[in-house]
Amino acid sequence: MSGKTLTRADLTEVLHREVGLSRTESAEMVNSILDLVSDSLVAGHTVKLSSFGTFMVRAKRQRMGRNPKTGVEVPITPRRVLVFRPSQIMKNIVNGQEPGDED
Amino acid sequence: MIKSELVIKIAENNPHLYHRDVERIVNRVFDEITQAMHQGNRVELRGFGAFSAKERQARTGRNPRTGAAVDVTEKRVPFFKTGKELRQRLNTKG
Repeated sequence: MSGKTLTRADLTEVLHREVGLSRTESAEMVNSILDLVSDSLVAGHTVKLSSFGTFMVRAKRQRMGRNPKTGVEVPITPRRVLVFRPSQIMKNIVNGQEPGDED
Repeated sequence: MIKSELVIKIAENNPHLYHRDVERIVNRVFDEITQAMHQGNRVELRGFGAFSAKERQARTGRNPRTGAAVDVTEKRVPFFKTGKELRQRLNTKG
């Protein structure tokens, strides 16, 4: 692993450099893209981004868990979790292969 | 929501931008995330979540239909971990 981490600031810089928006406007774009995706998920919708992947919200029922430190059984409350399913294109690119077609 | 709907919403909020430019912006952001993982980097978007590629070792799998053993080469699998803020937002109403 080459220890670099891509952040919101890096995405902002890419838009500023390549699309020619000001840094402020680029930052707003990055934020509003992520906010709109988040809002849609919080509303319970699935977000499908072609060639990227699909974000889905799954409802989990209550189940019994255990405090790993004390061994005491505690109920894990029902909750909603987010699942990301990468597209075939993303899987191919991440593995250094040709992007190929949509799955 | 699909990508074209996301583009429409952003275009509506930014009437000074052409629709095709918004499309380019949205694609550029998601492509950059994929490229970062391709280069073996991690992507950390505070409040939203983090993308990384997990290594899977080579293994002997089976063709589920025929039962024949097949060698599966090592590969990297994209992985997303939901950010703290989004995880909390998913579980706060009701």
